[in-house]
Amino acid sequence: MTRLSGGLIDRSRSLSFTFDGRTFSGHPGDTLASALLANNVRLMGRSFKYHRPRGLIAAGSEEPNALVELRSGARLEPNTRATVAELYDGLSARSQNRIGSLSFDLLAMNDLLSPFFAAGFYYKTFMWPRAFWEKLYEPAIRRAAGLGSLSMQADPDAYDKGFLHCDLLVIGGGAAGLAAALTAARSGAQVILADEDFRLGGRLLAETHLLGDEPATEWVAGVEEELASLPNLRIMRRTTVFGAFDHGIYGAVERVADHLPEPGGKPRQTLWRITAKRAVLAAGAIERHIPFANNDRPGIMLAGAMRAFANRWAVSPAERVAIFTNNDDGHRTAIDLAAKGIEIAGVIDSRTDAKALGDYPIFAGGLVSNAKGRLGLTKIEVRQNGRSQWIDCGALGISGGWNPNLHLASHHRGRPVWDETLQSFVPAKDGPPGLIAAGAANGQGSTAAALRSGAEAAAQALAELDLKAMMPELPQAEDAVSKPQALWHVPGKGRAWVDFQNDVTVKDIKLAHQENMRPVEHLKRWTTLGMATDQGKTANVTALAVMSELTGKSIPETGTTIFRPPYTGVSLSVLGGGNTAEHFRPRRLTPTHHWAKSQGAVFVEVGPWMRAQYFPRPGETHWRETVDREVLATRKGVGICDVTTLGKVDVQGADAGEFLNRLYCNGMKTLKVGMVRYGLMLREDGIAWDDGTCARLAEDHYVVTTTTAQAGPVYRHMEFARQCLWPDMDVQLISTTDAWAQIAVAGPNARRLLERIVDEGFNISNEAFPFMACASLTICGGLRARLFRISFSGELAYEVAVPARFGHALMQRLVKTGKDLGATPYGTEALGVMRIEKGHAAGNELNGQTSPQMLGMGRMVSTKKDSIGAVMSRREGLAAETRRLVGLQPVDPAQPVVAGAHLFTEGAAQSMATDQGWISSAGYSPHIGAHIGLGFLAHGDERIGEVITAANPLDGQQVALRVVSAHFVDPDGGRLRD
Amino acid sequence: MLIPHPLLGLRDAQEFTYLGDARLIERPDGMAEGAEAAFADYVYLRDNPAGVHRELWFHEQGDRSWLVVTRDTVTHEILGAELARDVALRGKGGAA
Amino acid sequence: MHFSGFRVIKEALTGHKGWKPLWRNPDPQPSYDYVIIGGGGHGLATAYYLARTFGQARIAVLEKGWLGQGNIGRNTTIIRSNYLLPGNEPFYEFSMKLWEGLEQEFNFNAMISQRGVLNLYHSDAQRDAFRRRGNAMLLAGADAELLDTAGVRAMAPFLNFDNARFPIKGGLLQRRGGTVRHDGVAWGYARGADRRGVDLIQNCEVTGFRIEDGRIRGVETSRGYIGAKKVGVAVAGSTGRVMQMAGMRLPIESHVLQAFVTEGLKPVIPGVITFGAGHFYVSQSDKGGLVFGGDIDGYNSYAQRGNLPVVEDVAEGGMALMPMIGRARLLRSWGGIMDMSMDGSPIIDRTHVEGLYLNAGWCYGGFKATPASGYAFAHLLARDAPHDTARGYRLDRFARGHVIDEKGVGAAPNLH
Repeated sequence: MTRLSGGLIDRSRSLSFTFDGRTFSGHPGDTLASALLANNVRLMGRSFKYHRPRGLIAAGSEEPNALVELRSGARLEPNTRATVAELYDGLSARSQNRIGSLSFDLLAMNDLLSPFFAAGFYYKTFMWPRAFWEKLYEPAIRRAAGLGSLSMQADPDAYDKGFLHCDLLVIGGGAAGLAAALTAARSGAQVILADEDFRLGGRLLAETHLLGDEPATEWVAGVEEELASLPNLRIMRRTTVFGAFDHGIYGAVERVADHLPEPGGKPRQTLWRITAKRAVLAAGAIERHIPFANNDRPGIMLAGAMRAFANRWAVSPAERVAIFTNNDDGHRTAIDLAAKGIEIAGVIDSRTDAKALGDYPIFAGGLVSNAKGRLGLTKIEVRQNGRSQWIDCGALGISGGWNPNLHLASHHRGRPVWDETLQSFVPAKDGPPGLIAAGAANGQGSTAAALRSGAEAAAQALAELDLKAMMPELPQAEDAVSKPQALWHVPGKGRAWVDFQNDVTVKDIKLAHQENMRPVEHLKRWTTLGMATDQGKTANVTALAVMSELTGKSIPETGTTIFRPPYTGVSLSVLGGGNTAEHFRPRRLTPTHHWAKSQGAVFVEVGPWMRAQYFPRPGETHWRETVDREVLATRKGVGICDVTTLGKVDVQGADAGEFLNRLYCNGMKTLKVGMVRYGLMLREDGIAWDDGTCARLAEDHYVVTTTTAQAGPVYRHMEFARQCLWPDMDVQLISTTDAWAQIAVAGPNARRLLERIVDEGFNISNEAFPFMACASLTICGGLRARLFRISFSGELAYEVAVPARFGHALMQRLVKTGKDLGATPYGTEALGVMRIEKGHAAGNELNGQTSPQMLGMGRMVSTKKDSIGAVMSRREGLAAETRRLVGLQPVDPAQPVVAGAHLFTEGAAQSMATDQGWISSAGYSPHIGAHIGLGFLAHGDERIGEVITAANPLDGQQVALRVVSAHFVDPDGGRLRD
Repeated sequence: MLIPHPLLGLRDAQEFTYLGDARLIERPDGMAEGAEAAFADYVYLRDNPAGVHRELWFHEQGDRSWLVVTRDTVTHEILGAELARDVALRGKGGAA
Repeated sequence: MHFSGFRVIKEALTGHKGWKPLWRNPDPQPSYDYVIIGGGGHGLATAYYLARTFGQARIAVLEKGWLGQGNIGRNTTIIRSNYLLPGNEPFYEFSMKLWEGLEQEFNFNAMISQRGVLNLYHSDAQRDAFRRRGNAMLLAGADAELLDTAGVRAMAPFLNFDNARFPIKGGLLQRRGGTVRHDGVAWGYARGADRRGVDLIQNCEVTGFRIEDGRIRGVETSRGYIGAKKVGVAVAGSTGRVMQMAGMRLPIESHVLQAFVTEGLKPVIPGVITFGAGHFYVSQSDKGGLVFGGDIDGYNSYAQRGNLPVVEDVAEGGMALMPMIGRARLLRSWGGIMDMSMDGSPIIDRTHVEGLYLNAGWCYGGFKATPASGYAFAHLLARDAPHDTARGYRLDRFARGHVIDEKGVGAAPNLH
């Protein structure tokens, strides 16, 4: 059929689009749904379970039937409601969830088998034989289920996130929302007006009423013009407020570019977090349908939607339509369509005293009891006064009353309240604080009431914010109160759909009742009611009413149903905000990163950091070859490694020593100025947490280091101790991790190398600057630096710190100056090998499950002072723990040592009960010439020399290992002190 | 959520790191008699109220203050916030 | 009534007239031998095993709302037995074995689907820890496989192997892990318990305990006083509130965990996949929705709802791991109250009140434990001795230093 007259479409331009490969044309202002209707396409989808042929039932975001796969390739967007897909030139859409074509879907055989697929049937069968579930039944069910398909490609579009703040957020730009926004904006408040539609006006766009003496659309245009001129109001079209969160924070998605063929440099969508002091919920209402047999035929839709299509989009689903209503509102559709030249086959009004409000046949006290036309409605059965007759019509509009769109008001789990007059739930008073419902969303559905309540809600919000409201002059408008008669379904034999998409019928609800699945949550879960993409927007209240009929209880006694975020589906892309792929998390780069890159380093992710893992040289074919070279070069000459990532905390104040004494389990107060001490930090539960070094630079000044992984948590913990536990101490903290570049210089030539860069006047000879010494000094001709003589590798070693911006230059200088000394940069792999060779615990040993005793540091826990974790480290369970850190070496040097293997007494049966420990770290030691490991072994300290078994059943390995000291290199520490 | 920082005004809760029950301020004396029982209670047991809860938040992405926030665990309404240091000093009988 | 394919066909052909209520709606008796507080998964399973396996009679389950209202009805449906510690792994493997025969045993299809659980790792240290865990699983009689990148790619080619911030280095796979239709579990146990004479009493809120001379006598409820010889409490999420009535403070905090589901999609994800470098895990339901979650919100809460930052964080994780889900839409989110314990492991133990027993502290891992939890709790109630696999779940383990801390984060409930 051709377009009707009028409408808010731009007939001067045509837009070409395709649906299931057929090309059609529409106009700017159309949605995919209206454009399809204008092209006589009524069949748009298939239902989920029975694959019933379906058309539109709604004109807005509540649409459950007309779901399509929009676009193609990587931009494929499954389950898109045709009613909210704005038409653009070149749009392509495909129907989904079918095998074959939309009009001939092989899965429609499910409909023939529907008696077997009653509510909950799958809980009762497919149990035998057991193995068939995963192999046969479930795969078949999974293939048939689902709706649209993913492209399986990464989303090519960009997304954005933003934050907005306002005094008043107005949700919905219909009569109530516009009145609220106008009131608040004129009063000088900061206002955001958000509407999911691409055009402001809400329901006003679908009606023919006059506001004052002008058509509603003109009044809207006038308001819109004024609002656009106000600097304190922001209009956000195509923006769905999808969730109400705590403290006035609302989540919203703005579809910036979904109405364009391609975003063209814009983000496709933006996620807004709107912080609003107050909000007005003016989201309108959703019409109810009335279930009767075969009420899901394409062409049967909500009467209000039918009216919207006619008035806003100038289309009708058929030339001859009927209306089925229980209230006055249905008659409006008949009147409006008749005015557009559509033939009205009749208005079937369930109220016996109903009268025609226009020139059309009326069936007072009538009910529609059946419908025919599998792929498109052809006739309906009307029952009246005990007689029934079939009436020809191509479409049927149903009006069963309106449900306020109260979703956001229940996002804090406030329960909607039943209003007997309106025969619907209205928003609870205990909704999100600061949220005021108005207009149809609050059950005030006439245009006049909506305008009035919108303005009043804004005034209330302003008053709460101590702002004086400037009430606008509101136009005269219709103020009809449409009292629906309670009519929840038409009794009868056939299947009457309640939830269209999920194919839940009145019979299913009856069956749920019969099987005692009566609480509303049982009903939903047993039947899948309300779990489709529309989340029960068009089904839940009706289902509740049917159940209440069955139980004989009132509707509110039967239950209520609340909604959870999001209001409508939100793409995961926009929730992720574009922080994907390599942008998932920020990268922290060390001061020598670019230098290392220029040296061809391979990098590795270490928490947020990227660190040089190893520095391959030409000719090296395997990473192990490189690492072995770096280790040997360090142990033979001198190795250089960036250790900036270690956490650094500057601790100053008269009580700094006492403060650290309480933080570390070992003593720090007695540390001499100019010296460094290893420190072990426990959690308050007595488990080892972090280790590092404390350097005392002055009486009241320490610098402590933490592990890379715990830099943040340890600093937080230190501030907790300072502010919460010992606030009366004179101590100040600051994290200086990023302020200082720190470079380890290790190996027998380390001192000789450093002597070349340390400025004259500073003596770093072994005598003047012994093992564990520290000093502030200058290097390279005046650059301030800190030097620590500490060693992770077991060699004569130092760490030198300079302001971060000099890290790169220092590294270059060290490598260049030390060339003749064999200066070799090394990465985290060599670092790891050398610390295993030296028996130092690292992250794999400090895994949050090991006690100081297990680490062989039990005696470090001072009993002479109170320190964090000391008391709890002495608990019975920790004292009884016998596993100790040991070194492990294969009896046959060719055998592997694998971290994660479990340890057993040789020859013992292997089970959890006989488990004696595990290998925590392992690697190839070029120094030993074999793989070696560190591990925790029951009574390990007493078993040096014993041969045990490492079991790694994951890889089918059993390896004989000898228990040795964890110090594979220089066990007496001579090199450190040399 | 928004946290009313006593010095900085309303701040997004995402700037903070949560620790838990503000009773963690009242650390027992590790050298006292019966310290182990006192610590077992301190470290592990919680009132865990459904209702008003005093709790510690650290302004990690901000000024590094530890705050004691009073918040309703059922409604998430925040009833107040103060510097944990002030609370701790008050507990010790110091000036605050 | 026995459920079977034959019965479904017969009823279909005769208009479904023969289906009976899945359970009765009995009024409470004046007293019972056993009263289980909490009609969630664990409470129903406890009653079921008390009646079925331990042969006990006169049992009631008291539920303040509707059966299955708690976390059994709001979780991400995952079952697995991939734990590290000897205090946990045998228990969860016991649970897995119970899952494997459950549907035939209670004659209800809970759609137990062992499509595999794959934990991804992204660093060498993580691999080492996973290998230790995988070996522990094998040593406890469970199944485990350690995959390298190629192995993961073969299973899940849609993951981001090209430009990930944290490249996938491999994964720990438990093929017997999978998903179960969560409501089906509650209903299966409820029906099974009801058929064995257990009174399932809905809309019956416990308002107090009657304790005399240190011994439980019964419970005060919204439907009157109910006497009981023994009372078992299995009220995850409300544990603090209920046990306060018995004067107990617990090593538990209540936190909110959000979970999410997308609109239905044709099958794309084979089993369960967890991201090792962000907060995200996902599976796909038989209906087609991607069911996913991440971390708890992190603050104490009884609100059963969470906030936007976690929603964004979880979505970021999902997008980083499997960028092809971007144009799927989040359909629904929900929040459950978690009993977050101080070591991340549960409590199944007696209390200081004789005859009062506690089952709590499941953090967000209680669903997979449902069968073993019910079994072990029934064992404790019936025999007054812990089940072999649940010996570690004692209440005094905290004070005594025998914590079972899988994550190694200590007494920080919001980090477990």
